[in-house]
Amino acid sequence: MKNVVTSIYCIAFAGILAAPNMAAQDRGVYVLRDARVVRVSGPVIEHGTVVVRDGLIEAVGENITAPADAWPIDCKGLTIYPGLIDALSTWGLTNSPPPAATGGGGRGGGGRGAAVATPAPVTTVTVTPATPARGPEDRPSNTSYVKAADQIFPNDRALETFRNGGFTTAVTFPRGNIFSGQGSVIDMAGQRAGEMVVADSVGQMVTLGSGGRGGGGRGYPGSLMGVIAYIRQIYLDADHYKVAKAIYEKHPQGLPRPAYDRTLEGVLASPRVLIPAGRDVEIERMLAFTKELKVNAILYGGNEAWRAADLLKQSGTPVLLSLKYPAKAPDSDPDVEEPLRVLEMREKAPASAGALSKAGVKFAFYSDGLATTREINAAVRKAIEQGLDAASAVRALTLSPAEIYGVSDRLGSIDKGKIANLVVTEGDLFGAQTKVKYVFVDGGKFEPVAEPPAGRGGGRGQAGAQTGVQGDPVQ
Amino acid sequence: MRRVLVLLNVIASAGIAAAAEAPVLIQNATILTITKGSFKGSILLRDGKIAELGEKVLAPPGALVVDGAGKYVMPGIIDCHSHIMAEAINEGSVSVSAMVGISDVLNPEDIAIYRALAGGVTSANILHGSANSIGGKTLVMKMRWGKDAEQMKFEGALPGIKFALGENPKRAGGAAQGNPAGDANLRYPATRMGVEDVIREAFTDAQAYKARWDRYNAQAAKGEVVIPPARDLKLEPLVEVLEGKRLVHAHCYRQDEILMLLHVADDYGFKIRTLQHVLEGYKVAKEIAAHGAGASTFADWWGYKMEAIDAIPYNAAVLVRKGVLTSLNSDDAELMRHLDKEAAKTMKYGGLTETEALSLITINPAKQLMIDSKVGSLEVGKDADVLLYDGPPLSNFSKVVKVWIDGHQYFDRDQDIEARPAKEIERKSLTKKVAE
Repeated sequence: MKNVVTSIYCIAFAGILAAPNMAAQDRGVYVLRDARVVRVSGPVIEHGTVVVRDGLIEAVGENITAPADAWPIDCKGLTIYPGLIDALSTWGLTNSPPPAATGGGGRGGGGRGAAVATPAPVTTVTVTPATPARGPEDRPSNTSYVKAADQIFPNDRALETFRNGGFTTAVTFPRGNIFSGQGSVIDMAGQRAGEMVVADSVGQMVTLGSGGRGGGGRGYPGSLMGVIAYIRQIYLDADHYKVAKAIYEKHPQGLPRPAYDRTLEGVLASPRVLIPAGRDVEIERMLAFTKELKVNAILYGGNEAWRAADLLKQSGTPVLLSLKYPAKAPDSDPDVEEPLRVLEMREKAPASAGALSKAGVKFAFYSDGLATTREINAAVRKAIEQGLDAASAVRALTLSPAEIYGVSDRLGSIDKGKIANLVVTEGDLFGAQTKVKYVFVDGGKFEPVAEPPAGRGGGRGQAGAQTGVQGDPVQ
Repeated sequence: MRRVLVLLNVIASAGIAAAAEAPVLIQNATILTITKGSFKGSILLRDGKIAELGEKVLAPPGALVVDGAGKYVMPGIIDCHSHIMAEAINEGSVSVSAMVGISDVLNPEDIAIYRALAGGVTSANILHGSANSIGGKTLVMKMRWGKDAEQMKFEGALPGIKFALGENPKRAGGAAQGNPAGDANLRYPATRMGVEDVIREAFTDAQAYKARWDRYNAQAAKGEVVIPPARDLKLEPLVEVLEGKRLVHAHCYRQDEILMLLHVADDYGFKIRTLQHVLEGYKVAKEIAAHGAGASTFADWWGYKMEAIDAIPYNAAVLVRKGVLTSLNSDDAELMRHLDKEAAKTMKYGGLTETEALSLITINPAKQLMIDSKVGSLEVGKDADVLLYDGPPLSNFSKVVKVWIDGHQYFDRDQDIEARPAKEIERKSLTKKVAE
């Protein structure tokens, strides 16, 4: 995408860029004036100024003197929000999960978010057809050691598509296994993968597979019960691994050497675990389960979270709410009478956000494979229609996800010293007619081109005209 | 589950909030205690327990009085073999799946719970399926419709484990059984001999596992530096079986495999608590009684596969007469709704008395599940799990009209019928919204 930049822009900016060959420093200095500033961390400033320098927010407030070296941007009539965060994403990754021993379950949640055909990972490990796992000891469907930060493709078109809609940050996770791997917080622009990473390991992605009534022969685990038992055994093993290694390190002579286990290393390296829970029953089940495991849990899904708001509040467990609301399968039989419960879940899924907000549960939204920001915005509007206040909606895509992942000291609000991730809009953030005027990622400025009217499929998003590019050698 | 449902459980939710339940006095009814005979009189339910039984019982202040004239009261039905409210039944990938447990996948919103209540079932043994020689962990639940999974668990009931013999566990899982991995991944065992071997090997492993921990504990107690053994969730339940802390419920049909399992259990020093299905039990009733195993069977359901061919409707009666603790179970959400009528069949086939027939679905399964100190009969001090019938329970023409569990009413036939139009309106409105 950086190749879209014309040399004219580069030359124009050369003067205001300091030390252009040091990537971290050539993000420019901007002053955004006379804007409505929705800081999220504090009250809205109706006529405010934000100063961006070297990728960080240098100042924010009402009476800020513009630095002499700053490039001025008149934001009269515009609103500045913190850059949006997709709290559970696949943006920036490819679809292919890394190879692992096959298990019966864990086929849920393949990377649906990455919208475009990005080149496959450089290294394709060819493994002989995996034999079905005979039990937890074979570590089926477990790539807990894979880290999203190591699999970033800076030229994934999804990054650009959603950046044009105001997203600056994705908490992106490997997919496709029961233990899928460690998620990373990435900023959605950069020359090299490494410089995009804000936090490299923020949580372990767990899926529960199809949870069918497990037939035989395809390897363990083949049922929801099996998957849950497997996860329980893995956490027990991880505890044991830690203890065994510590004892061995102290007394290497005379003790059997504990076997190295990359899957347990991966689990132990993950500060949080993300577990799916959509229905009320699943939320209760997973709250009990994660309490038993004594892990720092985040639940994702939440279609029926509106039923379980009090219980969630009591548990203190944060929730990631899918913006892809449940819908009747397009090919389903119209004559089949659906359970009342299912009908009601569909009707009320968008009410989850409002219910959690009222109950005081920490929650954030995630894109869940929606292909355009238009669809994302429509889904957020639906949540607002069903009881979520607009300010909480903004928070659920900015400061709340940052807090949930422990990066609110650097992301999620417009505060001095935080990373300069901003979105500047004409109109309210989630409005149907809202235009995104500028997006700042790590202090780099982008001017998005609107999504094409037919805007289906994220892959066809237009390239944003970018200025103030980071890292382009301009001397 | 804290839901304020307009939905399926208007009835149940009505009373949930009430902390102190009003006492219930059922008067002028025919009371079938099962263990202490029958009489015309009253029963008082208070604080979740049966407080009084007698021809005349005074209504305490605030009591809800139910007129039982022409009606019958009996203890709640106990189903020793059910798979309702489980969102997974089999972990069929391995021949020993003792690491999995039904308690991890309970769905307290399964409508089958409510329907079972309507048929008078108040407690059920929720079992793992029969795909493996040694299957998953099981547990006893009360049908407290409207509560969450944790609140539905039968407090104090011993947990169980499912075993299975014969055709199901020896099904090798190849292409012919629809295994997409084809015949390359056939699962051992493929014969009845193999089933026995799998069980023996698992218990040998369990003994070794226990020995490893015993050795470690002894060493650690002496202050030696040792790395503790890793916990093994597959073997721990089997150690519990060896220690008598977990009940074995074994799916079986043929007399040869029944004898095999009893021998294996004797060899390893554990007990088979119940033989499930046990359609050829009548052939080896003496041996079953000698082991002390219970039998939980069907009244007249067989012939659905080769190993279930040589069955007779007299099975339950023969087992009872030979001194085997016997119950009738459903293994099916539909059959679960008329276990009373199944019990009646044993009067026709085998000539059991009324009380003996009713025992097959009340006190006998309670004894098999070792919950008979709390449920299974109408006795002062037992849980107030009580059914009100509009006629003799064993008659085809009688219906369950009210069900109490722990003294709380969970089902009322009249209220259910009244609530139906409102539910229909809600459905129509939601369906219309979806269509729009």
